[in-house]
Amino acid sequence: MKIELRDIKKYFGPVRANDGITLTVEPGTIHGLLGENGAGKTTLMKVLTGFISADGGEIRVDGKPVHFTSPAESIRYGIGMLHQDPLDFPPLKVLDNLLLAFDNRLIPNRRGARRVLKELSQRFHFSLDPDARVNTLTVGERQQLEILRLLALGAEVIILDEPTTGISAPQKVLLFATLRRLAKEEGKSVIFVSHKLEEVEELCDRVTVLRRGKVTGHLEVPFRADQLVQLMFGQSLPKSERPPVTLGEPVLELQDVTVQTYRLTVPHVSLTVRAGEVIGLAGLEGSGQRLMLQACVGLQKPSSGRVLLGGQDFTRRSYRDFLAAGVAYLPAGRIEEGLIRGLTLTEHYVLAQRDHQPFFIDWAAATNGIQKKINEFNIRGRPDTPVEALSGGNQQRALLSLLPPALKLLALEHPTRGLDIESAMWVWEQLLARRRSGTAILFISADLDELLERSDRIVVFSGGVMAPPHRRGPHLGRGTGVFDRGREAGSVMCDA
Amino acid sequence: MTQRLTNLAIGLIPVILALLFTTLILLIVGAPPGEAYRNIVQGALESPDKWASVVTATVPLLLCSAGLLITFAAGLWNIGVEGQIVAGALLTTWLALNLTLPSILFIPLLLMAGLVGGALWGLLVGWLKVYGGVHEIFGGVGLNFIAIVLTNYLIFGPWKPAGRATMSGTEPFPAEAWLPRLGNLAVYPIAVILALVAIALVYLALRGTTWGLKLKAIGNNQRSAFLMGIPTHQYMMGAFLLCGALAGLAGSIQAIGVRQRLIPGISGGYGFLSLLVVLLAGYRPLWVIPIALFFAAVGVGSPRLELNMQLDSALGGTLQGLVVLFVLLAQGVKKRDA
Repeated sequence: MKIELRDIKKYFGPVRANDGITLTVEPGTIHGLLGENGAGKTTLMKVLTGFISADGGEIRVDGKPVHFTSPAESIRYGIGMLHQDPLDFPPLKVLDNLLLAFDNRLIPNRRGARRVLKELSQRFHFSLDPDARVNTLTVGERQQLEILRLLALGAEVIILDEPTTGISAPQKVLLFATLRRLAKEEGKSVIFVSHKLEEVEELCDRVTVLRRGKVTGHLEVPFRADQLVQLMFGQSLPKSERPPVTLGEPVLELQDVTVQTYRLTVPHVSLTVRAGEVIGLAGLEGSGQRLMLQACVGLQKPSSGRVLLGGQDFTRRSYRDFLAAGVAYLPAGRIEEGLIRGLTLTEHYVLAQRDHQPFFIDWAAATNGIQKKINEFNIRGRPDTPVEALSGGNQQRALLSLLPPALKLLALEHPTRGLDIESAMWVWEQLLARRRSGTAILFISADLDELLERSDRIVVFSGGVMAPPHRRGPHLGRGTGVFDRGREAGSVMCDA
Repeated sequence: MTQRLTNLAIGLIPVILALLFTTLILLIVGAPPGEAYRNIVQGALESPDKWASVVTATVPLLLCSAGLLITFAAGLWNIGVEGQIVAGALLTTWLALNLTLPSILFIPLLLMAGLVGGALWGLLVGWLKVYGGVHEIFGGVGLNFIAIVLTNYLIFGPWKPAGRATMSGTEPFPAEAWLPRLGNLAVYPIAVILALVAIALVYLALRGTTWGLKLKAIGNNQRSAFLMGIPTHQYMMGAFLLCGALAGLAGSIQAIGVRQRLIPGISGGYGFLSLLVVLLAGYRPLWVIPIALFFAAVGVGSPRLELNMQLDSALGGTLQGLVVLFVLLAQGVKKRDA
């Protein structure tokens, strides 16, 4: 199916999210849509699938003008979208999720659906258990379920919005194989939305680059990376340097810690984190790194072993005790778990002043305080801006700006997930500035490059088991020795 | 300017629609709408006695609404406010029937009993939610029912007037327990002052204190609030405690002021009505005052329909309900279009 977008315009107030975008997607191709955060990629795809309506322009399907007013309508035309966050029904079973998609009869046809699920799974080498509940699946598996759902609905065009965030390396390999097969063997069109150069280079036949709501270029394979970078950013970015750091006293010690939940056990972890050290936690999502990170900040109670913070036993202490002792935790869901929708930046500032909270709020002082932070951290917003109106990058800036000034330990989940390169570099500048003042940093990431570039040591989790730390000298850049060790880490990640 | 006009329209259209709908109902039952509305207005406003009744009916609405503003801020649906009124009235009654003190001591003690009774009943909802995982709506509904049944048991059992048990309630309380009136009018200055103070304090607390801001944080995102280091459980229990206390105070005032005894249905449905008041006010404390007055006036004026036109006085309730529905509908439509 051929999709033509002509002069699509979509404005949000003064923001020109899509400012006259024209592009054509040919059948049987994988078409990349590349651009940094806020370039207008997701908006354009939401217009195409009828999720939001355009302010101008025309959509043609196989030459005929169409106008979708809802995603249900676009899927009837065979255009389906995989959203950044899977739109499934977590408490239901895999099979029922599929049934919801296409079975409109009063009594659902479970047997038929089971057969369809089996056939499709086999065709794409997915191993989905029809009777598993969706909330027990990994992000990658939920994605596979979504793809099957769209295929079962008869999708001819499949749009994937940043599909590789949060999935493991082997799941990514499988995803790419699936997409190639859909395009090459089954003649479907795939639109691959991403801000990751390497992925677009690896997968796509053609690519359209967006920048600030406009098309900056269409390219065909083979792509030239520097050209793509220039189209995306308008300039080439230098690689960051790793300044040398002298490590201090141990801040956090895990002594033979075991964490148990009903789903996973992380047994016998021993780890010493020193002041100023950056440790990356790697591994397939759901391999235990998150449980361990949460045990380090008091959100998970170990079933055995000891957690020492600054030499004191904190094993049985509450999360609030950890906070009071100079620990901070930035979760993966910035707006879901970090910030509070509906409250302004000023209100967040007041809540963040943990040490001196007078009963009556001095709003003038708070507004001044947050204004300073806004300037210092270059947040695009005003003191009275509700946090949900900020973009992902600015939400992360806001969260960083609200951290207490002196910290012993900072634990982060996916600190740069979904951020463009510039914002990601900025985030790491902030984090590295903290480590220079003696803060130990523990972070989870699914981005192997980030782990290799930023960590002094990497620990790899696989099925709950932590492999011994991979050490790298702080004086080394991305030299070959480190890179080999990275390969090793990568292979451990892939084996899981 | 246009923004102002649209806001005004969004405020007025639902009220007009509610009136149109009520008119339609009146026409269907064959009653002249003009006369019906005139009866409600006259029934509420024609004499100082009526004015007094409206003010007195406003008091429990204001107290319960003040409490609900707190629980709503924390994101909690305290349906149990009705039972909390009753619990306040029960504890007050227990003391009023078993003690005799001079008024100057007795009345503060009885009002205090109302606060405590309601607070305990509220804490029970909170405890069920926070530590038992029972949603506050279910816990509240259950405890409302228990409070009502308990009242009936006490009225027909241990607290029945000597020799006979009736629906008309317990023995009247001793005169020392009666809340003083304003001259001959059925208005209770202490109650009015307490209600206004409650609204004012809640307004200030939610607007200008870290306590109020933390409640709002919990209400908007409990998980984030917890990760920020706010002790969410304590704050939620605190919200239930305060809301229960204010509702219990309303119950106490109903018992020692309006009724001077405990009757079945002592809450008079003011808890549920306050939920509507707060929803209609869009959780804004200062809007609660005029809206509570309006609801009270419709409530006081409606019985006149029965007297003069043989219509059911529930028509007033229908009007109140329709206003709330249409206002929520208008807000929903506005939000959808935004």
